[in-house]
Amino acid sequence: MIDYWSMLFVLVLATFIGLGVIRRVSRLLYTLLMSLTNAVSAIAVVGSIVVAGADYPGTIRILGAVALFASMTNIVSGFLITDRMLKMFKKQ
Amino acid sequence: MTYAIAQLAAVLATALFIFSLHWMNDPKTARRGVVAGVTGMSIAVAATWIQPEIVHHGWIVLAIVAGFIVGVPLSRVPLTAVPQRTALSHAFGGFAAGVVGTAEYFLGAGENPAQLTAFRMSAIVAEVILGFLTFTGSLMAAGKLQEVKWIPQRPVTYPGQNVVNVGVLVIAVALGVLVAVHPTAAWSGQVFSAIVGLAVLFGVLLIIPIGGADMPTVISILNSYAGLSAVAMGFVLNNKLLVTAGALDGSSGLILSVIMCRAMNRSFTNVLFGAFGTVQKTAALGAQKVWKQETVEGAAQLLEQASHVVVVPGYGMAVAQAQHKVRELYDQLTKRGVTVQFAIHPVAGRMPGHMNVLLAEADIPYTALVEMEEINPEMQQCDVALVIGANDVVNPAARYAKGSPIYGMPIIDADKAKTVLAIKRSKNPGFAGIDNELYVQDNTWMLFGDAKAVIGELVKQLAGGGLH
Repeated sequence: MIDYWSMLFVLVLATFIGLGVIRRVSRLLYTLLMSLTNAVSAIAVVGSIVVAGADYPGTIRILGAVALFASMTNIVSGFLITDRMLKMFKKQ
Repeated sequence: MTYAIAQLAAVLATALFIFSLHWMNDPKTARRGVVAGVTGMSIAVAATWIQPEIVHHGWIVLAIVAGFIVGVPLSRVPLTAVPQRTALSHAFGGFAAGVVGTAEYFLGAGENPAQLTAFRMSAIVAEVILGFLTFTGSLMAAGKLQEVKWIPQRPVTYPGQNVVNVGVLVIAVALGVLVAVHPTAAWSGQVFSAIVGLAVLFGVLLIIPIGGADMPTVISILNSYAGLSAVAMGFVLNNKLLVTAGALDGSSGLILSVIMCRAMNRSFTNVLFGAFGTVQKTAALGAQKVWKQETVEGAAQLLEQASHVVVVPGYGMAVAQAQHKVRELYDQLTKRGVTVQFAIHPVAGRMPGHMNVLLAEADIPYTALVEMEEINPEMQQCDVALVIGANDVVNPAARYAKGSPIYGMPIIDADKAKTVLAIKRSKNPGFAGIDNELYVQDNTWMLFGDAKAVIGELVKQLAGGGLH
């Protein structure tokens, strides 16, 4: 049995932390914030790994692999493009 | 043991993700933020992969390799295409959530119906609806931004549109409740597929009436949907790391949406359900007034003799790819001791922060980029305001024209500068279809033409030094 109450608890706390941290993000970097959070939320990859790799029927695992591909694309492109854009922000 | 490793990894990854976002509060520390993010992600992936339940590795390797093959080129797109890329990655995020939700449902229905409790089913339905509507909605947004031929750029509206949209969503949710109560009935599979179909449809319908000027808000809203779908996935898979990372993404999208809405003086519902392009045209205030055109020579002279120039960039600068020429102009003017600043409106461009990235790409120091609230009190002392491809964000009608769709929107006070130079491609009104009286003001001079070409000419004039 999944303990949904503790999940809800985690969700509420994480949202408050998120609001607090993101509110202080530099306005210069909003585009980068979006590409970075894109990569971070691609943490869905851990769910996809389980669906693709556990001992499930083939069709289910194919769905998992497709989802894994989509998340992995977000991770790779999200982090790389954030870093690429950050290199352009110079003080002088 | 592996369970403990997985839990520890999840805690570590969560902490690293929070630090990652925290370091984005300053461009100086932001690259550290990327390193923290990558580290957290690697830890989480490794800890999941070594779990004993993972017995098939072939497809995992294949999918990861494919992710790199597609992801690396996607990270190398020109910066003018960053809004499309961002929309595309929201689509991928939503898609992944939707597909995993679908897999979890059919897995449960086929092998272990006891797992499909009403609560878990609700989470699966939420994940699938959010995931697939984000998927198609973001694809549509990306298509509009990329100006794909068969997706209309202009808002598409029809009578009863909102009723249809809300109706589709309501039916999807109602079917969701039905399937949550009866997860294993003979017809449940079909109902579930119908939910997927409706969510896919809803995403398309949601974006059809949205125009380019609303894209910064819509991209932000889709961002938060993508985050919420990850949260729902966390509930389905009983994974707290997914919940925290999804919540961070969701709250980021939420904050950006609120900022974008405020910068346009509109509400969420107004952006999503009140198509911008259909608003009635207000009486042309400057109908009798005429444009005053300035020559490149004259404009160069004005800029050269100024001591404080404020550049107001808009989407037109991005379209014309003029940022590098703007940099040359910046160099020419600063060399002469002119103070040059850039006034950035929050919704200038097609996504949050779009202008900042383009100007940074052209090597303009970020200390010269000033936010709207900070530059406005200084505008009266400004000698020349140079408007490059911006329109609605400098339209004074926003201050008083009650019937105007942009009424109440905070603007950059370009009209208060001693002289205004405006570069504009054509004499057509801006995206909102409203006349801009800034252009016919007594102290405004127009330069018609492609922004890149006009600024290039200005730079040539200034570099030639033949003005004395």
